[in-house]
Amino acid sequence: MNILTYIESRGGKVRPAGCEALSLARELADSSGGKSYGLLIGDNVESLAGDVKKFGIDKLILVENPELAGYSPEGYREAVLAAVAETGAEAVLLAASAMGRDLAPTLAARLDAGLLPDCVEAGYADGKLTVTRSVYAGRCMLELSATTMPVVISIRPKAFAIKERDESDLDIGKVNVDLGGKIRAKLLETKVEATGKIDVADADVIIAGGRGMKEADNFKLIEELAGILGGAIGASRAVVDTEWRPHSEQIGQTGKVVSPTLYIAAGISGAIQHMAGMRTSKVIVAINKDSEAPIFKSADYGIIGDAMEVLPALIEAVK
Amino acid sequence: MNIAVLVKLVPDSTAVVKIGDDRRYISTADLNFVLNPYDEYAVEEGLKIKEKEGGDVTVVSFGDDTAQKALRTALAMGAGAAVHIKSSGGSDMLGTAKSIASVLKDRGFDLIVAGKVAIDDDCGAIGPMVAELMDIPHVTAVHTLSLVDGKLTAERDIEGGVEVFESTLPALITAEKGLNDPRYATLKGIMMSKKKKIEVVEAESFESKTEVIKMSYPPSRPPGKIVGEGVEAVPELVKLLKEEAKVL
Repeated sequence: MNILTYIESRGGKVRPAGCEALSLARELADSSGGKSYGLLIGDNVESLAGDVKKFGIDKLILVENPELAGYSPEGYREAVLAAVAETGAEAVLLAASAMGRDLAPTLAARLDAGLLPDCVEAGYADGKLTVTRSVYAGRCMLELSATTMPVVISIRPKAFAIKERDESDLDIGKVNVDLGGKIRAKLLETKVEATGKIDVADADVIIAGGRGMKEADNFKLIEELAGILGGAIGASRAVVDTEWRPHSEQIGQTGKVVSPTLYIAAGISGAIQHMAGMRTSKVIVAINKDSEAPIFKSADYGIIGDAMEVLPALIEAVK
Repeated sequence: MNIAVLVKLVPDSTAVVKIGDDRRYISTADLNFVLNPYDEYAVEEGLKIKEKEGGDVTVVSFGDDTAQKALRTALAMGAGAAVHIKSSGGSDMLGTAKSIASVLKDRGFDLIVAGKVAIDDDCGAIGPMVAELMDIPHVTAVHTLSLVDGKLTAERDIEGGVEVFESTLPALITAEKGLNDPRYATLKGIMMSKKKKIEVVEAESFESKTEVIKMSYPPSRPPGKIVGEGVEAVPELVKLLKEEAKVL
């Protein structure tokens, strides 16, 4: 199975989720006896080639065009379709990021391909590509396989490890696309949040607060701890609904699904909708004054206590 | 403005989901089904635009007869018409999207609105697929929308930022939380909705390109430990995070 991996990049940088996808692509290509093709899209992405040398790519395709400087579903769709035509790839792999969640179904519709979205496991055995994904907010896992080719697979960021190999010389090919009149939904601008702020989806450490924080102002404790640990701020649905925190920080069924190395939940009871968004974190720490809170069932380490007292002590201890 | 809103019935978000005997799908017995929460934002947005610009809102749902419950809910909120694309199920994402697109394509909709994702299968695929199959532009996970001079401007969150798109119409958008505050159906709305007729269209069936092998419960996390109570437990916690978990 020849695989084409779209390597997500933004602001002149390859995103980690793109490297995760490349790492998986190499494994799938090896187990199916195929080739791993990489794809970079943008207005000037050749300079990023050096960043993807360690992923055993058989050939790197560059699709460059001023109209591809920012993401648009139609522009990036055309770029991927051109790369599929060039390489003859049967599988298209990409990250299920904000971009990938939009692009993957777009591609599947145009390629008349099966879609295996937001996978947390993937493997190729007995001539079949089989994946696992979570459904019903993480209450069940679904194993699916592709019955035809081509197929489009998106993978959940941080669900697959980045595996570097020995650096090798890259075979690079450029493919042109004609976008004349094809982009009807155009990106006007990207507003980047204040510098230094880490998005929950990208963070290795997340400090999340819930109703137990008592009032919006108390989130400055969480901000301080996040600052010290280089982490991001998360929030439960309750504190987003009361507008203490923005929706971009919400973790859970109607927010973001995250898998950081360390997740500290302060004053969060652990409703099933919240757990859906963070249960795959490597280490979960819960701070809650209710010893019966469901969060303690899933936490690796728990402290029974008022987050307002425990957090300042924790800040002092890790400073 | 002729608006279509795609809706789906899903188990409510607090439901205890059990896997059925076939080990491939959930057991639907004893589950409470509701309109998908993101579809509530979609219906509300359709209604808001209709109230401002005129026109009508047609809600569309694909599935077996239970899909009509989702349509009734949306009608009670104020949608003017409803189409049930009747299918006994078994289609994958693309097959479902093809069935929906084939029904929508000749109805002259200016705007199609869907929820960002259905909270049951968590795919978020039907919206963009329908747009592609109908050859219209789309913007997904929209939390801010305006319509001016036959164009839409839509904002969506990405990792660490916000993207602002402008698109020609007709177009499809999917609704993110924050787009609006969905209205509750009034008693009058509920009474009125019962008089509205649901148009039933037999779904064209399309080949599935993926198949379900099995459904299982996720591995449970190993039991953790309560380190202690209050601030006294903090030094021990930090020690464990450093030495045992090695995450600090």
